[in-house]
Amino acid sequence: MKLKELESWLQQVDAFEEPKILLEQYPTSPHISACMLYTIQNTFNDIEGKLVADLGCGCGVLSIGAAMLAAGLCVGFDIDNDALDIFRRNAEEFEISNVDLVQCDLASLEAEAYAKKFDTFLWAAITMAKTAVYSLHKTTTREHIQKKANDWGVKMEVIAELRYDLPASYKFHKKKSPLLNLIKGSVERKPFLDEKKHPAVIKLQLFFEKLVSWKIVIPKVVLE
Amino acid sequence: MKLLTHNMLTSHVKGVTKGYPLLIKQATEVKVNEVDFNPQFVTRMIPKLEWSALVHAAEELGQRQDLPDELVPEYENNEEFLKKVHRVLLEVEVIEGCLRCPESGREFPISRGIPNMLLNEDEV
Repeated sequence: MKLKELESWLQQVDAFEEPKILLEQYPTSPHISACMLYTIQNTFNDIEGKLVADLGCGCGVLSIGAAMLAAGLCVGFDIDNDALDIFRRNAEEFEISNVDLVQCDLASLEAEAYAKKFDTFLWAAITMAKTAVYSLHKTTTREHIQKKANDWGVKMEVIAELRYDLPASYKFHKKKSPLLNLIKGSVERKPFLDEKKHPAVIKLQLFFEKLVSWKIVIPKVVLE
Repeated sequence: MKLLTHNMLTSHVKGVTKGYPLLIKQATEVKVNEVDFNPQFVTRMIPKLEWSALVHAAEELGQRQDLPDELVPEYENNEEFLKKVHRVLLEVEVIEGCLRCPESGREFPISRGIPNMLLNEDEV
């Protein structure tokens, strides 16, 4: 499926009817969702035939996109009943059979257990008034991503660098991985992540801090 | 709720040490949908599963058919077996029912296919 096709499908996905501020509900734009999913699949091959978790899935735009890109199964997790209702409706309308939905509080999930089972984690954490999602890419692919970002008319900002390359054996290493430094680095460098203003995002970050697998793909593209 | 998802879920009620696997009770609505068969995906998922929990769950739903107690050897090349696994993992769905914590007995409702794992404040 081409990027434009995916994007036009995602434009038809219903978003939040009445976003709840306390839960920091912002719809991820179809453009960013499509770009992100497309990159994750084409650059890392991390969607097709994989078990994907969409954390804080909301109305499911990322999950549906992942399903359309032939994820083996994409499981959406969210705390909000209303959002999950819309997600379910979306899945029915698009006749998507490779998604599943779970209502839960991510703070109470055992991150390590989930890290071992899922291949890929999607997280569209919106942390600013403008749409922003976080992304982790290997340094070798950064130029490629930059070029793509330019092509898509999207501004990309590198907010932190991995200190060293992760060997493949690092995947389930119990020691703190450079990934955690990346996330923490982003929190330290960007003071807009105020816990009082962004309680939901901070919660998600704490969840990620427990994950040790480097296969976490947190998309980050800053849209002007 | 698909059984692949069920295989991952645990009860996080305070004080519970063995909140897995969740028992499927009162499954008043169960659907079997058609989902595209991807043998590589099924093959990769099998080692990540708690096999006995899967078999037990399928049995609780009356959907076990002839799924074996133990994994068959060299299942990667056994398409017939993989199709059976595919069916229980991805095609069987609990629409209405509940999940019961095996230790505390706490029940988590499943409605419209979505399990609600939210705990009350005093249970966390």
